[in-house]
Amino acid sequence: MVDLYGFGGTLAAGAWMTIKLALASLIFGLFLGLIGAGAKLSRFFLLRTIADIGTTVVRGVPELVLVLAVYFGGTVVINGLAAQIGYSGYIEINAFGAGVLAIGAAFGAYATEVFRGAILAIPKGQVEAARALGMPSFLIFRRIVLPQVWRYALPSLGNLFLILQKNTALVSVTGLSELMRNTIVAVGYTRKPFTFYLVAALIYLGFTAITMIGNQFLERWASRGVKEA
Amino acid sequence: MDFQLMLESLPKLLNGMLLTFKLVALSMILGMILAIPLALLRVSRPILLRGPAYGYIFFFRGTPLLVQIFLIYYGFSQFEAVRESILWPVLSEPYWCAIIAFTLNTSAYTAEVFRGAIQAVALGQIEAGLSMGMPRFHLFRRIVGPQAARLALQGYGNEVILLVKSSSLASTVTLLEITGMTRNIIADTFMPIELFALAAAIYLLLIFIITRLFMLVEHWLSAHMRPPKDLEHVAE
Repeated sequence: MVDLYGFGGTLAAGAWMTIKLALASLIFGLFLGLIGAGAKLSRFFLLRTIADIGTTVVRGVPELVLVLAVYFGGTVVINGLAAQIGYSGYIEINAFGAGVLAIGAAFGAYATEVFRGAILAIPKGQVEAARALGMPSFLIFRRIVLPQVWRYALPSLGNLFLILQKNTALVSVTGLSELMRNTIVAVGYTRKPFTFYLVAALIYLGFTAITMIGNQFLERWASRGVKEA
Repeated sequence: MDFQLMLESLPKLLNGMLLTFKLVALSMILGMILAIPLALLRVSRPILLRGPAYGYIFFFRGTPLLVQIFLIYYGFSQFEAVRESILWPVLSEPYWCAIIAFTLNTSAYTAEVFRGAIQAVALGQIEAGLSMGMPRFHLFRRIVGPQAARLALQGYGNEVILLVKSSSLASTVTLLEITGMTRNIIADTFMPIELFALAAAIYLLLIFIITRLFMLVEHWLSAHMRPPKDLEHVAE
């Protein structure tokens, strides 16, 4: 085994934080993606335009810039607002929350396109049939559209989640003690950069491998109602 | 919004853009040179060739680029043998470490794009070439290569865009490309909103130009699939 100079626990704690950050960002990103897809498919020009501009900007800006902008820009905005209502103290923005916002938004912008494609892939006749039976729109979405959206969207969402996991490393610039940050700390104490960055890389690689296997299971599960060729 | 500050910062950020451009262009070219043999190894049959190529691609696609940069820039200094070797002038330079990291990283992604394109070339064409007695290299150069190049174009364009975005990580090893320059000015002025908005606009513009360039190349490479000029109205 590799000698971690007593920093094994630090890395494990960082890895746990990375997992929490990734899952929270995933949930927020899926939520954003569904809303975005809804907006892009809506009848209202304004909603469509907002969604178009939002996804274009978020996808065209580096994730690192997103993280920095949310964290440092957010601090300025919140303190500015606080000053407006007469609060004079300094408010420090939560690094975890900023990370979830930035990484989740990056995921959501790509997921919007994925969900949009998946919703369009569902045969129109099914929605028309449900409407003919008198189902309300929300029930149609929940019972007819959503279960099938997963099947069409899962392969792409799985890839996006792999990207999201790696993007969590960028949140280390805000000082959040996730895996990357804790690795940098360990390197600072031990002066063994190669050892520690390699171990961190292998932990991320482990996450990637687990997610890839998980994706396969989920895809099979989502297609359980479909005959295999 | 302090537009005066944005205007004053623009020349510095354009300077940063120059470095971003250099980083991207150089790693794009070097990455492509690595990716072609990598993709060929990846589709080859012997496990001794396919295995290592797969491992390489899995490592560079499965770990964050930030870790890869740190592994190269900070990591290698751990070994005295490296510090005393003739490679040290290169490996102690953040510019070259960023180029190495971006090149290795993008070559793994590009190799996967090329692999998909090579495997998408119709099998019958390869069989036809082989049955005519074409040597393998000839077959690749004349039949598979040109078609794969066109099929790979869109995926490759996306990869170049990702590379532009990834190049922002060079700021973590002190390089003053767009993001690094932005962070520098923010440290002086503490006006994050104005400056990140400006940086975002520059990235969007860069990516817009690249997208257009790739559309142009695609148009040019698919000339044989369009009807001749005087027949265009018939096709519509």
